[in-house]
Amino acid sequence: MCDTCGCSTEGGAVLRKPGQSDYHVHVNEGDHDHDHAHEEQQSHDHGHHHHEGASRKVVLEQDVLQKNNLLAERNRGYFEARNIFALNLLSSPGSGKTSLLEKIIPALQQRFPVAVIEGDQQTTNDAERIQALGVPVIQINTGSGCHLDALMVNRAMKELEMQDNSLLCIENVGNLVCPALFDLGEALKVVIISVTEGDDKPLKYPTMFHEADLCILNKIDLLPYVEFDARKCRENAMRVNHHLEWFELSAKTGEGLAALQEWVERKLVQH
Amino acid sequence: MHEMSIALSIVDAVEAKARQEGARKVSGVDLLIGKLAGIEPESLKFCFSAAAKGTLAEDAVLVIEEPEGTGECGECGTRFPVNFYYAECPGCRSLRITIVSGEEFLIQSMTIEEEGE
Repeated sequence: MCDTCGCSTEGGAVLRKPGQSDYHVHVNEGDHDHDHAHEEQQSHDHGHHHHEGASRKVVLEQDVLQKNNLLAERNRGYFEARNIFALNLLSSPGSGKTSLLEKIIPALQQRFPVAVIEGDQQTTNDAERIQALGVPVIQINTGSGCHLDALMVNRAMKELEMQDNSLLCIENVGNLVCPALFDLGEALKVVIISVTEGDDKPLKYPTMFHEADLCILNKIDLLPYVEFDARKCRENAMRVNHHLEWFELSAKTGEGLAALQEWVERKLVQH
Repeated sequence: MHEMSIALSIVDAVEAKARQEGARKVSGVDLLIGKLAGIEPESLKFCFSAAAKGTLAEDAVLVIEEPEGTGECGECGTRFPVNFYYAECPGCRSLRITIVSGEEFLIQSMTIEEEGE
């Protein structure tokens, strides 16, 4: 157990469906890694008491995130085979990921099927909001985990009724740090910031902005009331990642949404 | 704070390899973590000791090498040290910088203790 953020050593993520209180799938079920370790430990305890061991160096040269990355590639292959365009939505808590989905999904689903994976530490609140739109949705509750990983998405997508040639929105846990490192198998990463945050956010959390393909500045209807310089924010974001595509919109008033919608539709055909 | 799940994946990888090699225990793990990899080495060490409890790597010492970041300018090709993502080319002031090193995140090697004869 980590004292800094309370990240669990159990990896106890759970899948839930809104309105089905008895539905409950443990992401790590069937993963016997941990038990295995204990058996090994015991047999080693029995064996080691008399002997002086010799030590030697073993070369691994292995990517630390290899397990996650390999699984992410499997997810990616599954999406590719079914022509599912997967977006990984990332932001701090409260910058409007779910509101944006609520606003844009009704328009997008006129053109093609949409499904959603919701990530939060607790509750199915967001999944309930999405379900009200009539699209398939599944909630991943990460427990004390601070990000989604490829295994959680792998399990979630098996429980979700996705159609071929569709859009999958994966709403990550609200956090601008940790989710940046974990590939889920998505086609693109979308980072969302809102004008009630600081315009130096891209500089404060550069890893996330560096990894993202698209940046959405949300809540621009509030610009007259806050000290937020949209131009400066964009410049900061471009300093971190000059490949970043940039959209400014308000999920509340709908301003700027059409451009994003058009972009998603275009990408869905091209990707 | 993703260091915990990362510590767990290091322990998993190291244990699997150690078992394959017939190790009695793992006494050291050498990591390569670039300065731009987005990992806090101190926090990783802290989490590693928790993650390794009850495994072959329980007493392993983590040695972390942290290579500096290097950026390459997309305009003039100059290579220069960077320690953050929003670097500016010292030659032509361009911001079109590609990171060419410093994002490494590898388990390089480990030291295992074998059963004596």
